[in-house]
Amino acid sequence: MTAIGEPPVLGHPERAADAGANAAASGSVDLPLHRQLGLTDDELDGIRQRLDRDPNDLELAMFSVMWSEHCSYKSSRPLLRTLPTAGEGVVAGPGENAGVISIGDGLAVAFKIESHNHPSAVEPYQGAATGVGGILRDIFAMGARPIAVLDALRFGDPADLRTRHLVGGVVRGVGGYGNCVGVPTIGGELVFDPTYQGNPLVNVMAIGLLDERLLTRAAAPGPGNLAVLFGSTTGRDGIGGASVLASATFATQDPSKRPSVQIGDPFAEKLLIEASLELIGRGLVEGLQDLGAGGVTCATSETADRAGTGMRVDLDAIPRREPGMEPFEVMISESQERMLAIVRPERFEAVREICERWGLPVAVIGRVTDDGHLTVVSGDRELARVPAAALTSDAIVHERLAAPPARRRPAPAPGLPATTADALPERGMDPGAVLLALVGSANLSSRAWVCEQYDSNVGANTVVAPGSGAPVLRIKGTTKALVASVDANQGVAALDPGLGAAMSVAEAARNVSITGARPLGVTNCLNFGDPTRPEAFWQLSEAVRGLGDACRALGLPVTGGNVSLYNESPGRAIAPTPEIGVVGLLDDVARLVGPAFRAAGDVVVLVGQAGPGLAGSAYASLAGVALEDGPPSFDLDVEAALQRFIHEAIGRGLVASAQDVSAGGLAVALAECTIWGGLGARLRVPVANSPAVELFGESPSRLLLSARPRHAPALMLLARQFGLPVEEVGLVGGERVVVELTGSGATGAAEERGSRVADALDVPLTGLLHAWKHGLARALGEEPSELPLGQEA
Amino acid sequence: MSARIGIVVFPGSNRDADAMHAVTVAGGQPVALWHETADLQGVAGVILPGGFAYGDYLRAGVIARFSPVMRSVAEFAREGGLVLGICNGFQVLAEAGLVPGALLRNRSLRFVCRQVEITAERLDTPFTRAVPDHHPLRMPVAHGEGCYYADDPTLQLLEAAGQVLFRYARADGSPAWSEGDPANPNGSLRGIAGVLNAAGNVAGLMPHPETAVEALLGSDDGLLIIRSLVESVAERSATPRVLVGSA
Repeated sequence: MTAIGEPPVLGHPERAADAGANAAASGSVDLPLHRQLGLTDDELDGIRQRLDRDPNDLELAMFSVMWSEHCSYKSSRPLLRTLPTAGEGVVAGPGENAGVISIGDGLAVAFKIESHNHPSAVEPYQGAATGVGGILRDIFAMGARPIAVLDALRFGDPADLRTRHLVGGVVRGVGGYGNCVGVPTIGGELVFDPTYQGNPLVNVMAIGLLDERLLTRAAAPGPGNLAVLFGSTTGRDGIGGASVLASATFATQDPSKRPSVQIGDPFAEKLLIEASLELIGRGLVEGLQDLGAGGVTCATSETADRAGTGMRVDLDAIPRREPGMEPFEVMISESQERMLAIVRPERFEAVREICERWGLPVAVIGRVTDDGHLTVVSGDRELARVPAAALTSDAIVHERLAAPPARRRPAPAPGLPATTADALPERGMDPGAVLLALVGSANLSSRAWVCEQYDSNVGANTVVAPGSGAPVLRIKGTTKALVASVDANQGVAALDPGLGAAMSVAEAARNVSITGARPLGVTNCLNFGDPTRPEAFWQLSEAVRGLGDACRALGLPVTGGNVSLYNESPGRAIAPTPEIGVVGLLDDVARLVGPAFRAAGDVVVLVGQAGPGLAGSAYASLAGVALEDGPPSFDLDVEAALQRFIHEAIGRGLVASAQDVSAGGLAVALAECTIWGGLGARLRVPVANSPAVELFGESPSRLLLSARPRHAPALMLLARQFGLPVEEVGLVGGERVVVELTGSGATGAAEERGSRVADALDVPLTGLLHAWKHGLARALGEEPSELPLGQEA
Repeated sequence: MSARIGIVVFPGSNRDADAMHAVTVAGGQPVALWHETADLQGVAGVILPGGFAYGDYLRAGVIARFSPVMRSVAEFAREGGLVLGICNGFQVLAEAGLVPGALLRNRSLRFVCRQVEITAERLDTPFTRAVPDHHPLRMPVAHGEGCYYADDPTLQLLEAAGQVLFRYARADGSPAWSEGDPANPNGSLRGIAGVLNAAGNVAGLMPHPETAVEALLGSDDGLLIIRSLVESVAERSATPRVLVGSA
């Protein structure tokens, strides 16, 4: 599966680029070993300082994986420390496998998002599948049963054959793993943007539910306790470091052709989930950690370091998949579906019985010690001995240089005219045609082509499946439900990373709030370029600042996440993409509000105000955008008031439907309310800026609500009490979607042109539905699977 | 005496808990039956749940049929016991030859998960007795290998003998006969969504009635099927060892 137009990235692909310039010469055996492993000279010095001696080759390999960006966060740690992590009900935050927040009734929710970008670029099916497997293990390692997956996927041009190959493979991979393991995939994002052409993003979020009493830490307390490895055996798959494999020092055979992307086995994962939760439920483990990046080295050193203990690992006790493995291969293999449990000696027999009943190999591979060291032995030989902290909490930290780019605004895409911000009337575009184009575009059309490949209802909790607003899962035995959303805004982040991050936090939280739920916390996946480039590091630091500001303003704790750097293909980095996941709690699922219009005659109410700034919008990528135009402005205080308002309004029963204005602007938000509700609408919207800004601008902090006529006055009064601009703009009903633009902004432009065409958007609902329904399949070059539902007028 | 219904748990079953939940909602008493145990614990009905038994890496259902519990289930079925296979459970029943036909990969070659409508072709069976006449049932499908196939003579025999139990239907309740009908999610021949064995005591279907037992989750039509089974099992439990003649 490497025939995809670029040389395969060997080693742990998220990390391979860590080697930077050093790895560029990979394959050259003239390089010193540390450089072949992707460590810099400075880092080697750092290792010597911590050991007071030279590391041996095995130790060096262990450091190379643990000091990778992926495991150590060596570039991002100083930034991440600035994020707010405290909040109501937080029982586990960053540093644990997943964030955990209490939700009452003795229950807690665990959630986290992680990237699997580079593996998916190399081998889309396995890359995406193992991405799902990895994040699920983070969830059940905490003692939580995984109940949902959301996937946020970003690719290049959907017309490109390589993109289609990647989309197909990634979607099958997410589905192939999630469907088999029995965890519903309930939502996410699928976005196409040229910035991801050489470097797709595959971010996967998982949510779990646990009995608070069973919260389990990834720590190894109690010297004398056993380190028990269970799950799949250890093989050569996913060995880190291309140059390691090429090294004459290490390789005795020829393993270099081994695929370096890990191979997922969802069946094994399913057994691992059941066995792990049974072990935890019966109180048989003192600590539990999954084996992901860095394999045994990472799991043993991290658990020991968290507990302030040490670990003595017997290399020969680790069950192997194949003979002849070198010690370093065993210690850093990233074979999937493995867990490390810390077990009191007298409980091991019970642990063994459970693992064997689930058909899982189980072995005691070491003991917890009190010496603070990770020691690796084989027979009576000591192969490695390093302070556990040196590999983890005391790993090297780099102070990177940050510098804003010289030119902040990109030139317009070639081939598109440099138009002005309110391009719509000047170019004589019919707003109805623009809306049909947006609703049928690859990014804004129905996601059913993807969602139907995912089992979204296994578990019998899915109240709202993907397709119309934020997904909702009820919690059995309670009246409560969980609501989740993942969002990013690379269009704005490309122009202003801090603003893009803040707007993404606001949007994810808003998507949760408009159901009536209270957002609980944030998990984030920071997808950026090479942090050794000052511009990329500036983007990262700006985004973390924006993320922190938004979380503080909205009162949301950041409970964890993941940083994915080096997202670059030759010659270009991706647009900064801070992907934000939010989980919220709905106290009474019977009060759930959706985005779909409910009944003809309901009053449509617009809350919030459009402001200028079309750059970064879906409209801009369709119509082109002016050089002097910028992204919309964003006021966090207004956003916070808006979210408090909608929570209160839904709590008082004043809201029939609630939709936020985001990608595609007011017109697309309205189209979705009508499509999902099967009801048209007629609106009159005053134009304060330009028709394009009113209809298609993406200024945040706006809601499109509908209410029973008798509730509308109270709803509008409430909005005013929260200090929010609010306007009654029309009625639900009919078979068409009509927006008349009123006010000087509209008529002036129309009179100049001698036409009134641009002043009214008017399309039949059937036409919108048809464009929306088939847009994605068309963009991917597939024939619509169904006949048109209606003729366009 | 309440209806004790065994839910077989294979390694890789993933809708076993959903089936237990549905049986409980329908007023029955679910009993987990572990795949390595041949003892059916005296249950009066069995559900083979959805999932990926033993990983289904070779072909759906092909390994599960050789498990100890399946030997007992086959014996139970031969004696007239009520057995309902859902999704992967249907695939296991077909592989074991307990119901006619085979489940092939979906014609789209893709996994498909969505809400579908099915109609019950017969209302006089232990699995459909609570279903009202002319009542399309809404429930989800979620499978990669659900395309029902049998050769022509078999299909004709099944139709003639009334062994076609469920068919995919359009929203108005008309059957989605054609393999290319949008309402037929997997290209099943004659729109067949579920079948009965000749004796009428073993049924399999691809859609998930057990995931459609509460209106909150989008539909409670599936409860009509689960309740039919629970009621049938309760009657049989009350009158010991009545074997099935014809349903």
